[in-house]
Amino acid sequence: MPELPFPLPSVQQVIFVLIAGLMILGALTVVLARNLFHSALGLVAAFFGAAGLYLVAEAEFIGVSQVLVYVGAISTLITFAIMLTRGMMFGATSPRNRQSGTAAMITLLAFVVLWALVSTIPWPQAGEAIGDGEAIIAGLGRAFVNEYVVPFQLLAMLLLVALAGAIVLARDRK
Amino acid sequence: MVPLSWYLIVAAFVFCCGLYAVLGRRNAIAVLMGIELMLNAANINLVAFWRYGVAPMQNLDGQIFALFVIAVAAAEVAVGLALVISVYRNRRTVNLDDLNLLKG
Repeated sequence: MPELPFPLPSVQQVIFVLIAGLMILGALTVVLARNLFHSALGLVAAFFGAAGLYLVAEAEFIGVSQVLVYVGAISTLITFAIMLTRGMMFGATSPRNRQSGTAAMITLLAFVVLWALVSTIPWPQAGEAIGDGEAIIAGLGRAFVNEYVVPFQLLAMLLLVALAGAIVLARDRK
Repeated sequence: MVPLSWYLIVAAFVFCCGLYAVLGRRNAIAVLMGIELMLNAANINLVAFWRYGVAPMQNLDGQIFALFVIAVAAAEVAVGLALVISVYRNRRTVNLDDLNLLKG
């Protein structure tokens, strides 16, 4: 068998590239679609892609939370908001605002800077192995009730306040 | 295994997409979608750095931070969409070029 000029990708790398492609396509749809509903669909694809990347990185609990919270709740909320505020936003109008040229330039600059950062620093090629049957979720639960108990309670408070605030803001005052 | 830089590249790209949506889109809901994209990109970085850091079984801080970000994003999008609906009810538009009430 002839020698290949590059090492064959592993199965994990192929899966990573597929999921990352899905996420990148979704993100591009969010940015470029003229119809807001297409943007929302792209957002769902990007959320699923992020969940897949968490699974590839062996963070299963985060992946499941991502699907539950982002795909289940946030996408639904955004779809409802699009339907409640539709009207003159559809049709022949441009999806970009007046400063979109400057915005594109700033975004391109930011991406170039990030790319340069990522490619100059020698990042690790592989993480430490995680053994089978070791429960990360148990460690997460212990951390949430020990050293992170105050932020955890504050988070519960924040969700309650946000719930009440959203109702007050969206209520019809007449 | 996948090198860490692949995660960082994907996250950087998604972050820049979100940045452009926030700065350049005309609809307020599209701007909120951009914020969600940026939060997701940050989360990918957090989880990737947890996985490639020292002793990922003992140091769960990256995952815990990602969970906090997810919860705060849920609160943020609820309030943000309520604001958008409130603005739409009062002004009949969510076009950001028309919402310049605070401009001097």
